Amino acid sequence: MAIEVRIPTILRNLTDGAKAVDGKGGTLDELFTDLDTRHPGLRDRLVDGKGLRKFVNVYLNDEDVRFLSGLETEVADGDNVTILPAVAGG
Amino acid sequence: MRFDSLLDSLGRTPLVGLPRLSPSADVRLWAKLEDRNPTGSVKDRPAFYMIEKAEKEGLLTPGRTILEPTSGNTGISLAMAATLRGYKMICVMPENTSAERRQLLEMWGARIIFSPAAGGSNEAVRVAKGLAEENPDWVMLYQYGNEANALAHYETTGPEILEDLPTVTHFVAGLGTTGTLMGVGRFLRERVPDVKIVAAEPRYGDLVYGLRNIDEGFIPELYDDSVLTTRFSVTSGDALRRTRELLQQEGIFAGISTGGALHAAIGMAAKAVKSGERADIAFVVADGGWKYLSTGAYGGTLEEAEARLEGQLWA
Repeated sequence: MAIEVRIPTILRNLTDGAKAVDGKGGTLDELFTDLDTRHPGLRDRLVDGKGLRKFVNVYLNDEDVRFLSGLETEVADGDNVTILPAVAGG
Repeated sequence: MRFDSLLDSLGRTPLVGLPRLSPSADVRLWAKLEDRNPTGSVKDRPAFYMIEKAEKEGLLTPGRTILEPTSGNTGISLAMAATLRGYKMICVMPENTSAERRQLLEMWGARIIFSPAAGGSNEAVRVAKGLAEENPDWVMLYQYGNEANALAHYETTGPEILEDLPTVTHFVAGLGTTGTLMGVGRFLRERVPDVKIVAAEPRYGDLVYGLRNIDEGFIPELYDDSVLTTRFSVTSGDALRRTRELLQQEGIFAGISTGGALHAAIGMAAKAVKSGERADIAFVVADGGWKYLSTGAYGGTLEEAEARLEGQLWA
């Protein structure tokens, strides 16, 4: 088993158009590093020197990881990770 | 209850228990029926607060034009109030919103400028900001950054919930402008130790996230994540399923975003049961289901309804 990561439209140029890709790692940080080996450039679009980029939202099993442990959030096989750009509601 | 006018009847909405959806006598769900406001949504509260503030500051005088980016409810509230107070109203609304929203806005005399579906409300905000620059005599109340939006909930919605439910442990609401969560959240945090403030953010189809690049993302100026305990992204499938459960099990006919808030509330209830803690979880019924009938949300299978909702802004 692996961790499924859903990719937003705007980043699918880095995943050959795939809506979801599989990765592995014990934390979100490790997961992104693992994804970057097969999808070079992906990590840089998500993370900058200070952590998650401002307009990038990442959800672990639908919960915003900023309210968990950010990039240090632990992940495990069978988890779902969803990446989305921040958009307005209202 | 008697009021001098419709606007005076704003707020003081019922808080009703959900005996069937609540998991136990110690873990209870409570619905704040914001559809019982003058135009049928929670947005009446911030809309009237924003108008009154602009009037006090001398920005709004009779005959002036209000401009607002809105996916519907705020525009409907503003249009109704504008009619009564003698203002013109222009809404910038994404084209992928329900037909009823358009009809209601037009009924109250608002002019609608459509923004492209791709990019959702981000695009509406961008178009409205451009129009505000080109038309300096128009007054943009700007719900995403107007403190009166959150203040309306700090001064009315929050106190109402605490008065009706002094044992409240959780507050759950949809996340859009963030005004409801910021206002009620701050009010409750000042008064209820360890209260949990939980956001339910709608997750739409790909179209809505179709930005040109990730730096075009948008975070409302009102948003302060320190007010929240956590934040969930709720799919349209989960929101639809909960909307139907609320209808079938508790008789409450609510809009789809309410199903999203209920989904997060039920998740928090399950956590409380698991850890053996008591909980009184209040969540917001942002509007009734009337405006969404044409989306087919209430008929056929869930899968069919979900497919029909793809690409629509349902909150």
